Amino acid sequence: MPDQAEGTAAAPTHEIREFLRRRREQIAQRWADEPVFRTVFTVSRDEAVEAGKAVVDALAQVADAARVEDPDAAGFTTVREQLARMGAARSRAGLSTAQVSSELAALRPPVENLLVSDLPEDASAEHVRACVTTLSVLMGTLRVVVMQTALSEGQALIDRQRLQLLEVATPVIKLWDGIVAVPLIGTLDSARSQVVMETLLESIVEQQARYAILDITGVPTVDSLVAQHLMKTVAAARLMGAECIVSGIRPAIAQTMVHLGLDLGTVVTRASLADALGYVLHQLGVGIVTPGENGAVVR
Amino acid sequence: MLRLGEVLLVTLQGDLHDSTAQQLQEDLAETIVRSGATGVVIDVSGVEIVDSFLGRILAEIAGQTGLLAARTVLVGMRPAVAITLVELGLTLPGVHTALSTEVALELLRQQAPSSRFGGLRQESQ
Repeated sequence: MPDQAEGTAAAPTHEIREFLRRRREQIAQRWADEPVFRTVFTVSRDEAVEAGKAVVDALAQVADAARVEDPDAAGFTTVREQLARMGAARSRAGLSTAQVSSELAALRPPVENLLVSDLPEDASAEHVRACVTTLSVLMGTLRVVVMQTALSEGQALIDRQRLQLLEVATPVIKLWDGIVAVPLIGTLDSARSQVVMETLLESIVEQQARYAILDITGVPTVDSLVAQHLMKTVAAARLMGAECIVSGIRPAIAQTMVHLGLDLGTVVTRASLADALGYVLHQLGVGIVTPGENGAVVR
Repeated sequence: MLRLGEVLLVTLQGDLHDSTAQQLQEDLAETIVRSGATGVVIDVSGVEIVDSFLGRILAEIAGQTGLLAARTVLVGMRPAVAITLVELGLTLPGVHTALSTEVALELLRQQAPSSRFGGLRQESQ
């Protein structure tokens, strides 16, 4: 048959595509028993088989486009989400990246065996080798796609959490009319201190606050960089017309700052947030008195 | 440039060219001498972009106003402008600041020496 001879000799990718389409059902059935599919699609075996069929279809499409080495091939886009879900489920189950990878590698032998038995008896050894190699490459690419997708999912999660951390870590609290406070928690780096400065200045405008208290009780260490950030924030707040008080300097930190020779200049500092609030209230001419006989009277 | 009693109120708007800023600096000095003002309130809430030149002009205005026995209060600086000035290292140490014109006027009233003649005028009144 010249027709078939031409087809087989010309393109192993073509052969693989035909094979995948022909044996779609069997491959999916065999994959459904592999741990990657079995443990992710736990509801029923049919579900695993369906997922396997989708992957086989994608592989056939990629082989059709003759881009077996390209993890960005268009064929993968349809199953990318499903693959990501599988990868993520296995990671959640406590498997390391290497273990997930070897589980994916286990998908190859059943397909390969099927392919070898499926090739015509009279096929040349060279042709068989070419087909098997192409299939191996294709399965390798599938592995890359799953790992890639899983990693990018992880990266997206980290990015999202970093943003959340920035937002969560810098609340500006209104303590009194014209007094705002920022409790700083965690290490102050350039990015965070920038966010702190911006949110503080915005709220100074918003609240028309004449006093701002920077509480550094939650800052584990104060080095020259942190001191510089604090000075910048204080200077910017002053330019806007608000006075900044730095509070929450613990004894150990006060000692370290003196040892390091850090000078906060003319910045008003207090030991605790309560002291700072007391100072500011005094500056505003507001006093808190204990309740008298006529009931609670504040200010 | 508005005059409110002994206070000069200057409002800066939008894009301030270098020449305009310098012109303002000169005009302000002359007006203070002519009017005998004891305070200058500069409203910068309309200024969105600031560079090192404008920062220096503001510091110089404060300096020269001080020499003429008047005080300068900057009012309504935007957060972005404040951050830029600090990043440029221009913290304007000699300048008073306030959140609003109201606060600025109050500040001048509280701390002002009654006039540049240092109380003489008050006795004569």
